[in-house]
Amino acid sequence: MSMTEETPIPKRPSGFWSYANPVKFLGFSERVLPALCWLSGLCLVVGLIWGFFFTPDDFRQGSTVKIIYLHVPSALMAINAWFMMLVASLIWIIRRHHVSALAAKAAAPVGVVMTLIALFTGAVWGQPMWGTWWAWDPRLTSFLILFLFYLGYMALWAAIDDPDTAADLTSVLCLVGSVFAVLSRYAVNFWNQGLHQGASLSLDKEENVADVFYFPLLVCIAGFVLIFLALVLYRTGTEIRLRRTRALQAREEARS
Amino acid sequence: MKALLRRDLILAIRAGGGFGLGLAFFLIVTVLVPFGVGPQSELLSRIAPGILWLGALLACLLSLDRLLALDWEDGTLDLLATSPLPLEAALSIKALAHWITTGLPLVLAAPVFGVLLSLPQPGYFWLVISLVLGTPALSVIGTFGAALTVGVKRGGLLMSLLVLPLYVPTLIFGAEVARRGAEGMQTTTPLLMLAGITLGVIAIMPFASAVALRVNLR
Repeated sequence: MSMTEETPIPKRPSGFWSYANPVKFLGFSERVLPALCWLSGLCLVVGLIWGFFFTPDDFRQGSTVKIIYLHVPSALMAINAWFMMLVASLIWIIRRHHVSALAAKAAAPVGVVMTLIALFTGAVWGQPMWGTWWAWDPRLTSFLILFLFYLGYMALWAAIDDPDTAADLTSVLCLVGSVFAVLSRYAVNFWNQGLHQGASLSLDKEENVADVFYFPLLVCIAGFVLIFLALVLYRTGTEIRLRRTRALQAREEARS
Repeated sequence: MKALLRRDLILAIRAGGGFGLGLAFFLIVTVLVPFGVGPQSELLSRIAPGILWLGALLACLLSLDRLLALDWEDGTLDLLATSPLPLEAALSIKALAHWITTGLPLVLAAPVFGVLLSLPQPGYFWLVISLVLGTPALSVIGTFGAALTVGVKRGGLLMSLLVLPLYVPTLIFGAEVARRGAEGMQTTTPLLMLAGITLGVIAIMPFASAVALRVNLR
């Protein structure tokens, strides 16, 4: 066979990029998914029970302070989900790995739910504390805008039939949307002064929330990160299988 | 480029509907607002800058789906894509034509509609300035939305959903200029921000629009 001499075997990608292969990706995700699910469940149960039942009430806010264990992690994940979609879109545009585009698609509904949880828990907390369910505060407003961006992104995915066209267009939308989301964040800041408190935790700050609240909150954040990862992996697997099924169906139809 | 601009302008004027439609929509919105909120002139004059900006924005949005859709249907876009003119430039020209046929009439008509909403005296100048600076951004961002959804049948609603969040910064700063102007306050900061957004968008968005349109023409 002279063919093998002329066409050198393309170099197998190794390391991180080898997971662009759907088969390898599926194998990997099936191996880590059970562990991820259990870990995230464990973190959430421990963190939430610890937070809800074994921390003292705040002396001014009473027991409403405990909504922090849902509000802060979900808000954090809502932003990071969009950021993950941005990275995945970039990888799709630059390296054309289908798994990456599908991961971005799979992350969007999870991100929307996180945004909704953050908005809802914020409203529930704001009612007794600020005396209103909703205020046009910069943070609240930019979260609502983020929610609209998620909706537009998902609607565009749903509207286009051809999967590659849809992946391309949604990626472009994700890039442009990210720029405008950041722009809106600062524009909204300029537009209205805030009611919302500053960041509850950051690495470079002297004063964070008190330690009693801090550690269960960290456990909850870990739980939310893990559950996000698990859901995205799971949904990406579903998308890959769905696309495979479609390909098989198309082949079947072409044959008959 | 000039030929393309001339063609788009002539089409917009002669084909009917496109040219006056946005303006008529703007008028309707302005007329309906007092029915909704009541005829007290002090209330109207307080919300007039925001309403006028919102009306202009919606009128702009309304005319977006004919920006590329007709050329898509009759194949003009394919010709444009294969012509020596870069697609980025063609789309910039199209956005410019859209602004001349919808944005500019809105700017010119806004002071007249301001009278209907009893806009305070110092507000007229700043309203016109903010609209002159802001409406080009609306056209350019709208071109991006149109390029994204041109392949989708009846994509008008989808395009509104995609484009409206992108309009947020422009609307905030534009309406802020008009409001501060109407209340006789300093307008420099939001005016500079508005101009910055418009210039940045004009510089960058045609590239994104061209990428999206190329994907759709593939």
